[in-house]
Amino acid sequence: MVTSSFDYFAPTTLDEATSLLSRYRGEAKVLAGGHSLIPMMKLRLAEPGILVDIGQIDGLSYIREDGDGVSIGSMTTYREMATSSVIQSRYPLLADASSKVADLQVRNRGTIGGSLAHSDPAGDIPAVVLAIGGSVVARTRRSSREIAIDRFQVDLLTTALHDNEIITEIKLPSLAAGTGTAYSKFHNPASHYAITGVAAVVTISGGVCTEARVAVTGAGDKATRARRTERILRGKELTPAVIRRAAERAAAEVEDTLNEDIHATAEYRVHMTQVHAVKAIEAAVAAAG
Amino acid sequence: MSTEITVTVNGTAHTASVEPRLLLAHFLRDVLDLTGTHIGCDTSQCGACTVHLNGEAVKSCTVFAVQANGSEVTTVEGLADGDSYSHVQQGFWDEHGLQCGFCTPGMIMTAEALLKQNPNPSEEEIRAGLAGNYCRCTGYQNIVNAIGAAAKAGR
Ligand SMILES: Cc1cc2nc3c(=O)[nH]c(=O)nc-3n(C[C@H](O)[C@H](O)[C@H](O)COP(=O)(O)OP(=O)(O)OC[C@H]3O[C@@H](n4cnc5c(N)ncnc54)[C@H](O)[C@@H]3O)c2cc1C
Ligand code: FES
Ligand code: FES
Repeated sequence: MVTSSFDYFAPTTLDEATSLLSRYRGEAKVLAGGHSLIPMMKLRLAEPGILVDIGQIDGLSYIREDGDGVSIGSMTTYREMATSSVIQSRYPLLADASSKVADLQVRNRGTIGGSLAHSDPAGDIPAVVLAIGGSVVARTRRSSREIAIDRFQVDLLTTALHDNEIITEIKLPSLAAGTGTAYSKFHNPASHYAITGVAAVVTISGGVCTEARVAVTGAGDKATRARRTERILRGKELTPAVIRRAAERAAAEVEDTLNEDIHATAEYRVHMTQVHAVKAIEAAVAAAG
Repeated sequence: MSTEITVTVNGTAHTASVEPRLLLAHFLRDVLDLTGTHIGCDTSQCGACTVHLNGEAVKSCTVFAVQANGSEVTTVEGLADGDSYSHVQQGFWDEHGLQCGFCTPGMIMTAEALLKQNPNPSEEEIRAGLAGNYCRCTGYQNIVNAIGAAAKAGR
């Protein structure tokens, strides 16, 4: 299928790109890996009049250890994250989730910035970054701001990003000693999108859970922290019984926005979210050592 | 608004003025007449359109031709060296890795990329590597055998 017509710009600097977005504000869309936007344009679900391709800008694709944490350039692909030794050792769940996005071809094109900006309710990376914590760096022509990941996903396919902003970087914090991480997803066998997926980052100290961040995707309208689950985990020894009790609450925050489609009923999604919450938390606890 | 692009396909540079919405798959098939690259779906899922863009396997139905400006593309037509097939092509021939052949160019291009990343894949790794390529005929078994044979020949 053929998309509607559009004007195309391929700026080679970020300043040019942000200027174009300001000049054509409301009309222009950023084109990154194109693997959500182009399929939507082919189905005419999106018909932007102008595309600003940020793929020709040097210096947006990197994984950098700086200060305490790690910064990831917005154009870094799933394949680059899945195969990065820095990501594998510091955020194993991000490497693992990246290696399970879609298929080999899609992983060569899709980017971390695009997956966050698109905020697909069945996307993997938004939940993983939410569980890690950190922030999204967004630039306009004149300014730059850091948006905490907890305030970034707003609604179905909607983020805190303004339409003249470009995500340039994702900043991930350093994880405390004794932290284990895991991502567990039940995927659609055709697309590999999450029917449900749970990301868990759990810190254990002296046999007790001192911090837990758990995020759910696929079940509701956007990646969401499972705060009730986290509260049950914190301060306790994570026995199988505690993990099971916490996982039973994993879909509580998305109860009002549950997805129901040809792939799964709402009820089934809740159940699978609980099942994968157990898997993710158990694996994170095991990795915490 | 047309945009002038230069794309090197199978070693030959081609310059053309294209509409930005022209997909790379259509550029290859309709502008360059390289019809080995197939289009099997509208949803970026089937993989029949797989080519290599700067050495990496991509679905050419999900890349605009303008995005490939200045890049190198390899299609299935670019694999054989004269009469001598690549190991993957030979594997598909020897193991009968096809029936109707519609998915075959995409299967072969993905397999080439897979073997570059992992020259010695297990059967499970071959199957996982083909996650983005659908075949409606074979049941995949002979395709997996073909790629296994190609890996062996490459060792
Ligand atoms: C067959 C198939 C299977 C898939 N399976 C999965 C899966 O299993 N799991 C999964 O998580 N995803 C899956 N995806 C989606 C894929 O991960 C997309 O690549 C991703 O959602 C979007 O990233 P992109 O770089 O391709 O962004 P694009 O498609 O280029 O852009 C998406 C949106 O984000 C905006 N945008 C992009 N980058 C920026 C930026 N830097 N700043 C501001 N705005 C920006 C664009 O304007 C657009 O609105 C699949 C896609 C396909 C085609
Ligand atoms: S034609 Fe490209 S994935 Fe089906
Ligand atoms: S051989 Fe017919 S689709 Fe694969």
